Amino acid sequence: MALLDQKNNNVSITVFILCCVHTIMTRKENGWQEHREDFQRIPELAINPLGDRIINAFFPEGEDQVNFRGFMRTLAHFRPIEDNEKSKDQNGPEPLNSRSNKLHFAFRLYDLDKDDKISRDELLQVLRMMVGVNISDEQLGSIADRTIQEADQDGDSAISFAEFVKVLEKVDVEQKMSIRFLH
Amino acid sequence: MWVLVKTLEWATIRLQKGAKKPQPQMPRTPTANGIIERDETPMEKEISLLHRADFEFSHIFYFCRKGFEAIVEDEVTQRFSSEELLSWNLLTRTNVNFHYISLRLTVVWVIGVIVRYCFLLPLRFTLAAIGIISMIVGTTAVGQLPNGRVKNYLSEVVHLTCSRILVRALSGTIHYHNKENRPQKGGICVANHTSPIDAIILTNDGCYAMVGQVHGGLMGIIQRATVKACPHVWFERSEIKDRHLVTKRLREHVADKTKLPILIFPEGTCINNTSVMMFKKGSFEIGGTIYPVAIKYDPQFGDAFWNSSKYNIVSYLLRIMTSWAIVCNVWYLPPMVRKEGEDAVQFANRVRSAIARQGGLTELPWDGGLKRAKVKDTFKEEQQKNYSKMLVRNGSVGSLNAETESD
Repeated sequence: MALLDQKNNNVSITVFILCCVHTIMTRKENGWQEHREDFQRIPELAINPLGDRIINAFFPEGEDQVNFRGFMRTLAHFRPIEDNEKSKDQNGPEPLNSRSNKLHFAFRLYDLDKDDKISRDELLQVLRMMVGVNISDEQLGSIADRTIQEADQDGDSAISFAEFVKVLEKVDVEQKMSIRFLH
Repeated sequence: MWVLVKTLEWATIRLQKGAKKPQPQMPRTPTANGIIERDETPMEKEISLLHRADFEFSHIFYFCRKGFEAIVEDEVTQRFSSEELLSWNLLTRTNVNFHYISLRLTVVWVIGVIVRYCFLLPLRFTLAAIGIISMIVGTTAVGQLPNGRVKNYLSEVVHLTCSRILVRALSGTIHYHNKENRPQKGGICVANHTSPIDAIILTNDGCYAMVGQVHGGLMGIIQRATVKACPHVWFERSEIKDRHLVTKRLREHVADKTKLPILIFPEGTCINNTSVMMFKKGSFEIGGTIYPVAIKYDPQFGDAFWNSSKYNIVSYLLRIMTSWAIVCNVWYLPPMVRKEGEDAVQFANRVRSAIARQGGLTELPWDGGLKRAKVKDTFKEEQQKNYSKMLVRNGSVGSLNAETESD
C-alpha cells in the first residue's frame, strides 16, 4: 500500500517537473538561467500589483539570476496537496507544498527584511502596492493598524509567523495557493 | 502542384501513424488550451468570499496565484512564437522537444529533408523569381498607359497573374469561402495578420490597394513599380508618425468609389495564428464599409508565422520555401458598418470577434505591440483601483468613520 502511494506520488511529481520544463522551454531560448527582465516581459505579471514581490521571491539573496533548480523550488510551493501525501510518514523533510510552507511563502512576501515579523511598515508597503494611489495615507494607516490589532496576540505591534498562521487557520490555503496542471 | 500537395497530405498522415508509435513514453504535448487549470473567478468574488470585508492577509493569495499562473503560462507571450503541434510534421523547427526517437523516424526525416531542400526549394525559388520579375516588368509596362478602363483592367490581370505565380512558388493551397462577400470597391478589407504572405494570399483572389511603408531594396522597387499601375498607398516613414495625415489620405482613397478596396491588418504585427489580438482603432475611424476576412493556416504543412525578432525576412522566406506547403483557409465575412453611437474601439472589437469566431481563433484583448514594448502602467493602475474600490466599498472606511464618530 505504501509502495503504491509512493508510485503515485512520483508520477505526479514527474508530471509537475515536465510541465515546468515545458514552461521554460517554450519561454526561453538562451539557456537555463532566468533574469528579472525575463519575468517582467510577461504582460500579465507586469500588471499584477504584487508583480515585483513575486519576481523577487524567485531570486535568492542578492543574486540576479535564478537557475532551473531554484525556479522549480519556488514553483513547487504551488503544487496542489495530494490526499495520499497527508498519510505519508512524518520522518522525511516536509514537502515544499505543505500548508505550512505555503503559508511561509506568503509570509515572506510581506516580510521584506526577513526578521520573521511583519511590522506595520512592511504591511503598509504591501497595502500601498495593492491599492496604488487610490487610498490616502491615513486611511491606509488605519487599515494597517486595525489588521495588526486583530491579529497581534503578544502585543508587540508586529505579526509573527505563528500569529500569521492563526489568523489564516480558517482559510483554505491549499486551494488558494495551488496551481493545477492539466494532463 | 495540387497533386503534390495531396501526395504530401497522404504521406504525412501515414507517417504520423508511424510516428505516433514511438511517442507514448514521452509525455503528451499540451493542447492549445493550456497546461494549467486557470481559475477565472473575478477578483471581487474571490476576495469577498472571505469572511470579513476589510483587508485580510489572505488577500494577497489572489494576486500571488494570478502572478504564478502568469509565470507558468501566460496568454500573451505564447502568441509571439510558433504554435506547437500535437503530432509532428517532420520539420524539426516545429518540435520543441525534439530528440532522437528511433532509427526509422530519422531515416524518414532525412528523406524529407532531401526532398524539401534539393527538390522543392530550387523549383520554388525559380518560380518566385519569375513571379517577381514579371510583376515588376508587367506593372511598369501597364503604368505607361494613360489612365482609363483599359489600364485598370490590364493592371488587374497583371496583378492577379503574378500573385498566382507567387502562390504557386510557395506551394500554396488556398480555400476561399463565401466568395460572395468579397470586398467591393471603395471599401476597407481587414484581416488578421500572421505573415507577410497574407497579402499575396488575398491578392490571389482579387485586387486590393495595399497600404504600407516605403521600403528600400527589392521591396522598394516592387512598390514603385506597382504604384504606377494601381493606386496603392505607400507612406514615407516620416508620414506614418502623423496619424491625421494617414487617416486623411486613406479617407480620400475610400471616398473615391472607383478605387480598389484597401487592405489593412489592424493588429499591426504578426501573431502566430492561434489568436487575434487587439485591433488598432485607426483603421476603423476612416468610415466606409469594412469587409472582414479571416485567414487560418493549417500548421500541418508549414508554419507561416513570421517571428520577426527571431528571423529576418530572408531566412523566413527560406523556411517557408522549405516547408511542405502552405495550406490555408480564407473566409470572407459579410460587410460591417459602424453603428450609431458605437465608437471606433467598440466597432473594432466587434469586427475582431467576428473574425476570431469564423477562424476558430481565440480573442485576446492584449495589444500586439507587447511583442516589443512593455505593457503600460495604466493596466496595473486599473487593477489597483479595482482592489481599492472593493476595500473602500465593503465598509472599512465606513466603519472607520463610525469609530471616530463614536469617540
